[in-house]
Amino acid sequence: MYDKLWLIPLFPFVGFLINGLLGKKIKNEKVIGAIGTLAIFSSFVVSCKYFLQLLEDSNKVHEVVVTSWMSVGQLQVDWGLLLDPLSALMIMNVTGLATLITFYSIGYMHGEEGYFRFFSYLNLFSFAMLMLVLGSNALVMFVGWEGVGLCSYLLIGYYYEKKSASDAGKKAFVVNRVGDFGFLLGLFLLFWSLGQKGVWTIRFTEIAANAHLLENGGLIVTIITLCFFLGATGKSAQIPLYTWLPDAMEGPTPVSALIHAATMVTAGVYMIARMNGLFAMAPDTMMVIAIVGGATALFAATIGLAQNDIKRVLAYSTVSQLGYMFLAMGVGAFTAGIFHLLTHAFFKACLFLGSGSVIHGMHHAYHHAHLDDDPQDMRNMGGLRKKMPITFYTFLFSTLAISGIPFFSAFFSKDEILWWSLSSTRGHWALWLMGALAALMTAFYMFRLVFMTFFGEQKTDARAKDHIPESPLVITLPLMILAALATFGGLMGVPHVLGQYIGHFPNAIENFLAPIFEHTQHLHHIEAHGAAATEFTFMGISVGIAVVGIGLAWLMYCKKPQLPGLIVAKFPALHRAIYNKWYIDEFYDAMVVNPTKKLGTTLWLIFDVRLVDGLVNGVAWVVKGSGRALRYTQTGYTHNYAMSMVAGVVAIIAIYVFN
Amino acid sequence: MENLVQTAMQNVNFAAIMPSLVLACFGMVLLLINAFSRRGATAHVALISLVALLTSGYTAVMGWNNPQAGFAGHAVLDNYAIFFTIIFLIAAGLTILMSDSYLKREGYPVGEYYTLIVFSTVGAMLMASGTDLMTIFLGLEVLSVSLYVLAGFFRGQLRSNEAGLKYFLLGAFSTGFLLYGMALIYGVSGTTNLVDIGAFFAASPAAATNPVAIAGMLLMSTGFLFKIAIAPFHMWAPDVYEGSPTPITAFMSAGPKAAAFAALLRIFLVSLGSMEGTWSSMLWVLAVLTMITGNFLALNQDNLKRMLAYSSIAHAGYALVGLVAANEIGISGVLFYMLAYTFMNIGAFAVLVLVGKQGEENLTLQGFAGFGYKRPLLAVLMTICLFSLMGIPPSAGFSGKFFIFAGALDAGYVWLAILGVLNSAVSLYYYLRVMVFMYFKDPEEDFEWIQLKPGATICIVLSVIAVLYMGIVPSGVMSLARQALF
Amino acid sequence: MLESYLPILVLITIAVLFAVGSVTFSFIFGPKKPSAVKLAPYECGMPLIGTARERFSVKFYIVAMLFILFDIEAVFLYPWAVVFKRLGMFGFIEMGVFIIILLVGYVYVWKKGALEWE
Repeated sequence: MYDKLWLIPLFPFVGFLINGLLGKKIKNEKVIGAIGTLAIFSSFVVSCKYFLQLLEDSNKVHEVVVTSWMSVGQLQVDWGLLLDPLSALMIMNVTGLATLITFYSIGYMHGEEGYFRFFSYLNLFSFAMLMLVLGSNALVMFVGWEGVGLCSYLLIGYYYEKKSASDAGKKAFVVNRVGDFGFLLGLFLLFWSLGQKGVWTIRFTEIAANAHLLENGGLIVTIITLCFFLGATGKSAQIPLYTWLPDAMEGPTPVSALIHAATMVTAGVYMIARMNGLFAMAPDTMMVIAIVGGATALFAATIGLAQNDIKRVLAYSTVSQLGYMFLAMGVGAFTAGIFHLLTHAFFKACLFLGSGSVIHGMHHAYHHAHLDDDPQDMRNMGGLRKKMPITFYTFLFSTLAISGIPFFSAFFSKDEILWWSLSSTRGHWALWLMGALAALMTAFYMFRLVFMTFFGEQKTDARAKDHIPESPLVITLPLMILAALATFGGLMGVPHVLGQYIGHFPNAIENFLAPIFEHTQHLHHIEAHGAAATEFTFMGISVGIAVVGIGLAWLMYCKKPQLPGLIVAKFPALHRAIYNKWYIDEFYDAMVVNPTKKLGTTLWLIFDVRLVDGLVNGVAWVVKGSGRALRYTQTGYTHNYAMSMVAGVVAIIAIYVFN
Repeated sequence: MENLVQTAMQNVNFAAIMPSLVLACFGMVLLLINAFSRRGATAHVALISLVALLTSGYTAVMGWNNPQAGFAGHAVLDNYAIFFTIIFLIAAGLTILMSDSYLKREGYPVGEYYTLIVFSTVGAMLMASGTDLMTIFLGLEVLSVSLYVLAGFFRGQLRSNEAGLKYFLLGAFSTGFLLYGMALIYGVSGTTNLVDIGAFFAASPAAATNPVAIAGMLLMSTGFLFKIAIAPFHMWAPDVYEGSPTPITAFMSAGPKAAAFAALLRIFLVSLGSMEGTWSSMLWVLAVLTMITGNFLALNQDNLKRMLAYSSIAHAGYALVGLVAANEIGISGVLFYMLAYTFMNIGAFAVLVLVGKQGEENLTLQGFAGFGYKRPLLAVLMTICLFSLMGIPPSAGFSGKFFIFAGALDAGYVWLAILGVLNSAVSLYYYLRVMVFMYFKDPEEDFEWIQLKPGATICIVLSVIAVLYMGIVPSGVMSLARQALF
Repeated sequence: MLESYLPILVLITIAVLFAVGSVTFSFIFGPKKPSAVKLAPYECGMPLIGTARERFSVKFYIVAMLFILFDIEAVFLYPWAVVFKRLGMFGFIEMGVFIIILLVGYVYVWKKGALEWE
């Protein structure tokens, strides 16, 4: 029934081969774009078919072995694919978004050098991501894991002539190495420790079935899961390995949308969800995950307050939202985490593509006016609402979604996470507080972005301001689809407390994912408990938080610019009073905004630049230094070499013969 | 005396050395062809060498699963010998493929080059099929003497001279240790036959703890470890590898290394199994030392040839892990890894051969800047080889490391496996640097258009296909490696 | 067994004593009246032409090497000749193969011109 599952990764791979090998000869951008889009669209169609089939199916877990990979002793490793509700959701997410974004790129990348290269990388990425998601064992997943990493570096460094771009590619490279090493070490330890219990396996289904053989909460499980989590922090940009993601914005915007927002960076979350049985056995690791996730959510949000580059704000926001997902994983809210992963993919892809549309327009205008201003700086924007209406509305809806306004998608998912972080058996009010504060800042800085970009008066250079066009349909069509998803996508996970009031509306995603997570949650007594009234109260609180955040942003970036001028003209006395007495704005600025901004900047400087970079560089320095020291042993003199051989022989003989 | 002749005649079994016999005959023919050829004409010699390797390979493959012993227990052609024979033949064949254009470019179109490669391959094959210390020593000498000459083949280049001389001096030095060790083992056991030595030590356990026997074992392994370039006997390797002609470096880091492994494995497992406690603890330390030394030395190299040379030390360290494990997975893993390493390393070297300019001026990392965009296809092939060297799935290098480390885990050497994985992680750094230069750097000067030479191109493509094949479906080769165990 | 080697030991002792003795005695009793001509290196009685520390032509090495190689191989024929009859046809063929291998080397050396001085 599911035996053609391998078609899903195959199509983009074929697309990659065609564009990669023949793209240089084809030259025609339309054809290259069509091949790239068609390849991934085909696998989207197949994914839909299997997804629908799985919905009807009573048996929810299907493994398909394409061919045997290798067998070592009792260990049998296959090129196997696994279709279960979790991977089914993920392939829908990956193929769907990849299709839209590849289509979008046809317009966005128009005229770029190496057009074919871009599309072949994009298809290769989709292939690797699908392998990661569909792999039925940890090794196939690792193949995908490395593959997506590779494509990510290549695409970040796409504008390799630009030093910052190639530096960013290198940074992503180095940081991810650390994480991948953790993944591999975890895999080895898992393989070995299960082997000690007589089960040689790395298949996910068997790991889940045999995890109980390891000591519950024991040292081994904790170390293994921590190693895996280290892998996740690298790929998913969590503290302390998050620094590469903001720099990764040097890549083309579709790449930021697809790889660095919607799909690849969520691989860490997916991996934890995939091995939920194992992670649930290590409460200590879960606690670490929850704390790191919460801290990242909060920390990245503070940094987001102080950025002026439109893509950088979105990048820090992505880090922050990924933090939410890890927070969810850490408190055992696996369903909520995956749910947020999906809604985040919708709205963040839409936001990135929207920002791409803005940048595209700004770039066009500057190009037209022969100016060299930064098309990504929000301080040069403003008032774009009128110029780019479609972009504006899609962007607005997505921003409402990310802020958690009721009935937009992230309202459901984020609220679910916050509720679990408070009420789960593995939750804590401090975790909730971190999440709630981050939500406040998220609403604030996202609307700050919207107000600075689309509202107010146009701050663009006068020579360029009239040449900002709305983007063509090839760009706006994906935006509209994604905005629709960002708006309504949340309906797949309406919580029970709400659902029962609107005609027993089911929590579709929870029911669908139940075969994956329910067993674990039962086994380890992970549940959210609390009265419906409490849940409603906290739902209300989070809505309140979102509204406050938006209001603050409105006050400072929308209201303030016009208000002073009007008041001064009409009521000079009142003006003075306001000026001298109230000082509300100054108060806000001095007491809230500036310190927070300052804190954000300082934190950014300390952690992002000094500490983490220093750490990364420091490790490299130590390693290199010892390499240099060792090199001095290579003197080049034959007698020294002979001497060292004799010394070696003498030492060995002394140890073994005269001992 | 009549009796002696009869037993000698009965024991003659050419089938037991058929592949090396065929190759040796071809070698002599090649020698004569060289003598009668016009100066500077080498293409036909290369071609005949390839035919020789193919013929020899054919006779080897035909002997699969049909073990032949001969010459009074001095040589066998079992699956084990055949597996290694194929590795040597592949290494030699790929090397010859990439050599022709290279020799012309460097100004040494001399046919003896190929003859020497053929003869060194004969030596390697004798080492793999030798079941007597004398046969193995004979093979080692045939192999080494040819290699000394090949290392110093570029007579006009000082560095090549230096490489040849250093290799010769230190090689002779290590041979001394080897022979002394063999003499001590003979002194204790009274025989040079591997099986008989094994039987002797099994029958008298006291002899296995005899200091003379242990000293013999240690000295003998020193000789082989020198050839494999295991720390602290590795110091010759970087200088020799850097100075030798690039294809010869590729060959040396694959073929002879595998030959020394073949002999070492056979001696340790067949003859000195009763001393396993001693040698495995020694090799444990040396393996770790080697991995660390090789990797850390490679970190700072800006010259790709030298970097690959250092890293080949580290790779020998990984392979040694399999011998320490000394179980089925580990040993068959070593066999697998030797084959995998032959492909991936020679593939990478072949790219160097193509990219290098006359006098080897272009082998620094800088020379690879922007390579990924100027020559995307070649860069992709290089990337695959590098990935394999790093041990990233699905590549032959990954499967090999996986088997070896799995063997170590299975035998209970957890820390060794972890150190191995750690070292692989370190090695990523310098391999990835090449990729960083290929994909993230702008070429500094105008990129000289590389001409694709058919031989080298075939070599690279074949290597990459094999690397991918052994990475995606390693079970086929792995089951062959398993059948090759004795 | 060991006592059968006694004569050799005696011979070695006498040889060593003789050599060391003659050098020592001539050193002790010989008259020493050095002059410039006497201190010059001996070169077949001719007056000195130049320094003795000259580089030898590499051809000497080639000839020396070839000589040693073929000489050793030729020596191998003697033990074979001793048991030639008893080894019979088998031995003959073996030696034929051996000589053919040598011959290949010889032809190669010849064609490459290693046997010619100029």
